[in-house]
Amino acid sequence: MSNQLNVVVVGNGMVGHHAVEQLVNLGAEHNVSITVLSAEDRLAYDRVHLSEYFSGKTADDLALTDEETYQDWQVDFHTNAKVVGIDKQQQKVTTVAGDVFEYDKLILATGSYPFVPPIPGGDQDHCLVYRTIDDLESIQQSASCGKVGVVIGGGLLGLEAANALKQLGLATHVVEFAPQLMAVQVDAGGGRLLKDKIEELGVQVHTGKATQVIEAGEQCRYRLVFANGESLETDLVLFSAGIRPYDNLAREFELTIGERGGIVVNEQCLTSDGNIYAIGECALYQNMIYGLVAPGYTMAKVAAQDIIANHTNLIEEAPLRFTGADMSTKLKLMGVDVGSIGDAHGRTPGALSYTYENQPLGVYKKIVVSQNQKLLLGAVLVGDTSEYDSLLQYMLNGIELPNEPEALILPSSGEKPTLGADALPDTATICSCLNVTKGDIIDAVDGGACSVADVKACTKASTGCGGCAALLKNVVDKELENRGVEVKKDICEHFAYSRRELFDIIKVNGIKSFEELIESHGKGLGCEVCKPTVGSILASVWNDYILDASKLPLQDTNDNFLANMQKDGTYSVVPRVPGGEITPERLITIGEVAKKYKLYTKITGGQRIDLFGARVEQLPDIWSELIEAGMETGHAYGKAVRTVKSCVGSTWCRYGVQDSVSMAIFIENRYKGIRAPHKLKFAVSGCTRECAEAQSKDFGVIATDKGWNLYVCGNGGMKPRHADLFATDLDDETLIKYIDRVMAFYIQTGDRLQRTSVWMENLEGGLEYLKQVVIEDSLGIGETLENQMSQVIGKYQCEWKTTIENPEALKRFRQFVNSDKQDTNIQFVNERDQIRPARDHEKIQVVNIMDTNDAQKHKELALEES
Amino acid sequence: MSDKRWINICSLSDLVENSGVCALVEGAKNADDLIAKDRQIALFSLPSMSEQVFAIDNFDPIGKANVLYRGMVGCNQGEPIVASPLYKQQFSLKTGQCLHEEAQVNTYPTRITDNCVEVLV
Repeated sequence: MSNQLNVVVVGNGMVGHHAVEQLVNLGAEHNVSITVLSAEDRLAYDRVHLSEYFSGKTADDLALTDEETYQDWQVDFHTNAKVVGIDKQQQKVTTVAGDVFEYDKLILATGSYPFVPPIPGGDQDHCLVYRTIDDLESIQQSASCGKVGVVIGGGLLGLEAANALKQLGLATHVVEFAPQLMAVQVDAGGGRLLKDKIEELGVQVHTGKATQVIEAGEQCRYRLVFANGESLETDLVLFSAGIRPYDNLAREFELTIGERGGIVVNEQCLTSDGNIYAIGECALYQNMIYGLVAPGYTMAKVAAQDIIANHTNLIEEAPLRFTGADMSTKLKLMGVDVGSIGDAHGRTPGALSYTYENQPLGVYKKIVVSQNQKLLLGAVLVGDTSEYDSLLQYMLNGIELPNEPEALILPSSGEKPTLGADALPDTATICSCLNVTKGDIIDAVDGGACSVADVKACTKASTGCGGCAALLKNVVDKELENRGVEVKKDICEHFAYSRRELFDIIKVNGIKSFEELIESHGKGLGCEVCKPTVGSILASVWNDYILDASKLPLQDTNDNFLANMQKDGTYSVVPRVPGGEITPERLITIGEVAKKYKLYTKITGGQRIDLFGARVEQLPDIWSELIEAGMETGHAYGKAVRTVKSCVGSTWCRYGVQDSVSMAIFIENRYKGIRAPHKLKFAVSGCTRECAEAQSKDFGVIATDKGWNLYVCGNGGMKPRHADLFATDLDDETLIKYIDRVMAFYIQTGDRLQRTSVWMENLEGGLEYLKQVVIEDSLGIGETLENQMSQVIGKYQCEWKTTIENPEALKRFRQFVNSDKQDTNIQFVNERDQIRPARDHEKIQVVNIMDTNDAQKHKELALEES
Repeated sequence: MSDKRWINICSLSDLVENSGVCALVEGAKNADDLIAKDRQIALFSLPSMSEQVFAIDNFDPIGKANVLYRGMVGCNQGEPIVASPLYKQQFSLKTGQCLHEEAQVNTYPTRITDNCVEVLV
């Protein structure tokens, strides 16, 4: 065992805490003793989400750690222990209370403090800053006896602070010295739009105003007087005019500091003293303070690794180094999306820019490119940051831009160049849960993996939430193709066919069961991939009751129990609410059912109500009551038509031009229950303001004064895609005809679990081809497609109604085949007046205390048996 | 000396072909132990296999919930499997071994006597 190494960490902010975590992990077996000295009276908490303190989060919610955790880690910690002295020769630090701690290595993570401009009158009561939980408490106190609040400083933090004041109910103003908001991250155009949007939210913005004095007010407590003679009255002043590194220890005890403050560090985050490191916002690397949490975390990691490596003499081959960080950011400020990438202001010599501004929609986008227009240097996005991720990949990885770079930010009227699997750089993250990059996947393929399953097994990619499965498959297939491996489109080992081929086989041969199909065209017993696929095709083609004895084993558990399984094995229940229109009576029924069965209720994004926590044996009773009240299944469990979201339309809305609710209800009732390769979502908006967000749906319908515009193949979710405008000013009949045809064509040709968006992108010829097939009927299959739809539409049944009328089917809905007991592992606790699943440590072990007579009996029985 | 015994679970017709049901086995495996935990066992009926009925623990050690009987059955390279309905990992019905991750569930011998399904616990 190596000698003990004493590491003292000064400061317990987010970065200081991260350093502790890193030291605990890396130093576990190397006899490292860690001491934490914090000036605040509480341990580390999340400063990034500080403003949520005013929207209901408590100090405990924001905490990143607690005393117990530090005790478990054997970290010696001291709060209210501000360090006031460093003895570099003796390697000791002294706290304000006079306690002395010896160190072998010292980490300064003292952070920063808010800069308060020297304005006369700025040091009075109710002139506050926004940095710590104590600050928040002072703000809350002050706001409770005031009506108006002013934030001085219109940067990122200033707007956060303004949001906090607004949430506290104050009439809020932002005063900024510069001519625009967020001058660091956003250019003048973006700043202008940002100002408009923030004013729309009820915050008054005053740019280009230098506050000269804060004096007593008439209506309010104070009056701010500006350089141009104007003034503004307020009860509370909040300074947010930037941060300054908290480097006073370094100044007093002679560590090298930068001209404008900050403790100078090298790539190992070492200061001018070989035993002292500085990390986070107090550190200055190449004349830069990195005021974001991510670079701070990197510094913490670098310092911790360097300390452990030197202590153990186990020098890593490629030791971690801090060499600066990308300061691109994407955030939501008071609900306004703002993104800033790289050289947002176009300061690189020769840089050129493209700008797109849509004032009515409140969107501003700019990209800055190199002189030869090959590389992306920076970007500003306000109001819509959907392109942020892909732009960031372009910038970080130096990917060559397409010929017309402006297409990257223009609304997708034409073909938008997307980054295919091949174009993604090796550093691109594919699976964010387990942090697997494209490079890791390539390594796996080079190492012999020759299928998605192999890659999953060795990289763990897509084993977290699984949301990246499609992208992973794309990358793996592409890599295999690049190596000349023939990529089989077989859906699994049991069928040497793609979904599309199976669809044709089933339809052409009139096959009605899985057994028939596997006997004639497959082998083995099937699996969890081919069975639901075939189940879905059979349902799409024949639309029979899906719980027939022959089809039941084909359904995924959600289809099997006609409900959505949650993590604890309970189910959620979603009644259909066509178009989102619901009567008070039905609302009451849903509420009463939820109350009776003690279910957790939540409003879904699709304008319906989800009831969680139903045990499998409760499902039939719950549905009996819902059906009794006239409701039917919402198919939330199926790869099927889900919801048709709508705005209130011309019936009520002053701006509506068509009756969007009636159309939505009509569409939902027409297509409900139809099974497809993946779920299908719709929306109908009553005017161009698009309140139903139809352009993010598989089928989006937007009213015009002449009829309806149809958009197709959009989706939200993991990889959002705006729907493409398919046809304009359609009458009701043509609209339905086109939807019929597109949907039938998708059901027929889509791959397993392929959303319409990906289907369209992989369709040779894309949107134009789809238009030809559907509008011009270029393949002559238009009528066939319509017939196919009308066939399945005619066969609709509420699966729950059929189920509760069928005693045989009801037998499935019990936990135990031989007992009426309940599953004791399902347990709930209360949170915000509703249930939630108990976490492991909250569960109570349920045991049976056996009667001793019983035990005796068992014993005898056991002896007999043997 | 074995302390295991055959327990009568249900009739053959209570099983669902090519699918699963769950049985609750109450009482102790070891009769000396006065505190007994209930045991949930998933039963799968695969008429095309010589074993006919497979029995494994119902508890999914990865998803940590009693759900395996609601998984989909099938085969992987000829090995009969059930895929967890939570995160889709496959478990061998013969050995209880998870084919995708380090995990294992217990398996139990089964037999059919006079149309009754019995499990050795």
